[in-house]
Amino acid sequence: MTIETTINGVARRIESTPDTPLLWVLRDELGLSGTKFGCGRALCGACTVHVDDQPVRACAYPVRFAAGKRVRTIESIEESTVGKAVVEAWVEEEVVQCGWCQPGQCMSAAALLSEIPAPTDDDIDAAMSGNLCRCGTYVRIRKAIHAAAKGLEGNEGGEGR
Amino acid sequence: MSAPNTPTRTTRRGFLKAGASAGGGLLVAFSLGRTLSARPAASAAFEPNAFLRITADGAIRFYAKHDEMGQGIHTGLAIAVAEELEVDVSEIEVLPAPASPAFANLAFGVQGTGGSTSTWSSFDQMRLAGATARAMLIAAAAARWGVKPVECSARNGTVRSPDGSRSATYGALAEDAALVIVPEDVALKDRADFTRIGRPTPRVDSPAKVRGEALFSYDQRRPGMLTAMVERAPTFGGRVESFDGSAAEAVPGVVRVVQVPSGVAVIATGFWAAKKGREALQVAWNEGPGAHVDTASMRREFTKLAQRSGLVVRSDGDAASAFEGADQVLEALYEVPYMAHAPMEPLSCMVELKPDGGAHIVTGSQFLGVDHGAAAAVLGVEPERITFENSYLGGGFGRRASPVADFTVEAIQVAQAAPDLEAPIKTVWTREDDLKGGWYRPMWMNGMRAALKDGELVGWHHRIVGQSIATGTAFEGAMVRNGVDSTSVEGAADMPHGVPNLQVELTTTNNGVPVQWWRSVGHSNTAVAKECFLDECATALGKDGYAFRRDLLGGHPRLLAVLDRAAAESGWGTPLPPGVGRGISVHESFKGFSAHVVEASVVDGRPKVHRVVCAIDCGLVVNPDQVKAQMQGAAIFALSSGMAEITLTRGRVDQSNFDDFPLMRMHESPDVEVHLVDTGGEMGGIGEVGVPGVLPALCAALFEVTGERVRRFPFGDVAG
Repeated sequence: MTIETTINGVARRIESTPDTPLLWVLRDELGLSGTKFGCGRALCGACTVHVDDQPVRACAYPVRFAAGKRVRTIESIEESTVGKAVVEAWVEEEVVQCGWCQPGQCMSAAALLSEIPAPTDDDIDAAMSGNLCRCGTYVRIRKAIHAAAKGLEGNEGGEGR
Repeated sequence: MSAPNTPTRTTRRGFLKAGASAGGGLLVAFSLGRTLSARPAASAAFEPNAFLRITADGAIRFYAKHDEMGQGIHTGLAIAVAEELEVDVSEIEVLPAPASPAFANLAFGVQGTGGSTSTWSSFDQMRLAGATARAMLIAAAAARWGVKPVECSARNGTVRSPDGSRSATYGALAEDAALVIVPEDVALKDRADFTRIGRPTPRVDSPAKVRGEALFSYDQRRPGMLTAMVERAPTFGGRVESFDGSAAEAVPGVVRVVQVPSGVAVIATGFWAAKKGREALQVAWNEGPGAHVDTASMRREFTKLAQRSGLVVRSDGDAASAFEGADQVLEALYEVPYMAHAPMEPLSCMVELKPDGGAHIVTGSQFLGVDHGAAAAVLGVEPERITFENSYLGGGFGRRASPVADFTVEAIQVAQAAPDLEAPIKTVWTREDDLKGGWYRPMWMNGMRAALKDGELVGWHHRIVGQSIATGTAFEGAMVRNGVDSTSVEGAADMPHGVPNLQVELTTTNNGVPVQWWRSVGHSNTAVAKECFLDECATALGKDGYAFRRDLLGGHPRLLAVLDRAAAESGWGTPLPPGVGRGISVHESFKGFSAHVVEASVVDGRPKVHRVVCAIDCGLVVNPDQVKAQMQGAAIFALSSGMAEITLTRGRVDQSNFDDFPLMRMHESPDVEVHLVDTGGEMGGIGEVGVPGVLPALCAALFEVTGERVRRFPFGDVAG
């Protein structure tokens, strides 16, 4: 079937079997390999993207659900103020180890900060517990989210996400 | 400080000697002044050795011989090179080295990354590579200006004349430097003159990884590439009896269904078609003897074996008499389960067969040297016909260091089964394939006995039961001696504690479940058994766990230094809130020394870890923030190993994904503080050193809260 959707600001017509997860359209058909595969069952969060500003797990999200919606992937995260702050904080705090889960972590963090500009540790636990990191970078992820929030202070009324 | 790290004037001959003594293994030639066949030769490029390439436009490329799987080694190696080359790390483009003998691990004799060897085994080699390049650039400048090389200086990628009146960038000198004879005798900097080594340096791979631009094996794409997925036997050692691929071939996007030695491969245009095709396969299996493996019955068998004598690996004093004359004898069984590595990036390998019988292979491997040799054997060609490239590794933890090259060989066999497709074929694994696919950390049982007399620990008996990792692999000759796999007993047979009567025994089992090194290998078992049981001894003797270990570790200043530091930083002995306990451990592994203090409580019957304090002594530190990052990650990795297990029922692996194989998540994760200790000792390992001591320190903390010992992992419900 044909699905019309917007991916990273570009209108796309996608020919696909309707049950194909969005992840494999992004990775195999559009070459957007920044969105990662980790489990295939929405258990690890490595594939987190935004659909109409909400974080979703692309590995378990049939592409037909994206029809008529706006999809954002890690490749365009820096187009928003929040996303830019997240990327900067991630680099500044040296969060990354192997890096496979980090695009998904960043997408979840950006969604959190858009919703709650100054999250508490409990907010971070709630928003980030769906994103696994086998390297164990959680200590620094938490620090980076707080740092990004601090960096965004006073930025309200800016260009937004 | 020991000889290999002494920064002095090092001749090439001298370096080779130092490398051999430091690594203790086969040494492969350093290959100065050689151009790699795997890289295209270009004119005007200065290639002083296999690691560096400086072009006229000023670009500096560095080929990192160790694989970047999160441990920050690309950055660490680049720092060592940059220190001597006199450039900033940010000026260097770091690329993964392709398979070549020039990139052999000096500790193994074969190209690979593991055993926490990368930094200490390559440190001097990388410095020499940088220093040699710098000397040649200076020689080129001096010749150009008609001055003496010794009077010129190099800093920030530029050579200056003696009076400072003239200068030339490395790029401007590259063409001339390429004609300079490689010097035999190059001075390395004194440690006191380091300006980059030992200072926090940003990781070279962070920005690209955060933005999703970094290429991992799974991300590799080529025009016309196909994706393959293999249906493997449900039991280890099982074989295809017959299969019907017609329904699979009817799935849109499926190109071909082929049999391979490990099962049936579905080759398709992409992941989803391959997966749907695989689900439509009908395969009849000859399950083989693997169908009888059952971890519940293995536990019963191991328990019996732990009561019987094994091969004596170490015997100090007279353990038997010590136990006969003891005031009190303690006995306990400690067991750890099969454990999957579960790197976040599942395995993959892309193979493109070449008309000459060779191949171009791209994967994410910790063992390119082993893979390269195995690929040559499978393809029946000389290794030179195979170009083998690495990507970033989305986690490794030992899984990507296959001693039998399992996932690269299988990918080649898939390509060989469909040569007429004339396409690059990337064989990919799902999470289920990964968790059910074997090559686990072995399941181990430890029979522990201690003899206590006159308020002291006078006898220690540690009997280990489990499979051998190295037996049956190319590493058997080097690692298995007199029936003892050194990885089975490491951390026990070399126990440094002052116990006068000490015996360590090993009983090696075999059941066909493929096992492999998992971050910290044998230490992930022996340190847990040793440190937990030492805590039992301390309790029985009415001693404090910290003081008890101090008394036993006289003459081991590095262990004492980290133990003291962890105790001090944690506030050992100070009051804790009600319901919170504190435990301590200290252990040497992979030439590194670490101590841990864990604070924990029990919430809803489950352990809740509040705080981990780690002290680490790995000798000279190249990038301190990355040592801290490794210790933080290692603590979380170790804690996860108390939460999950791999079990088998009638030969089938019971777990399949992160729901039944849980890893620690953000809301469960404690704060991890890391303190670096430098006692001036020899350089050692980092990546694995932070794992072994974490679970025992947690168990000691839980005992303070519950009064009950945890002796089996994963944790079940804990009394609270």
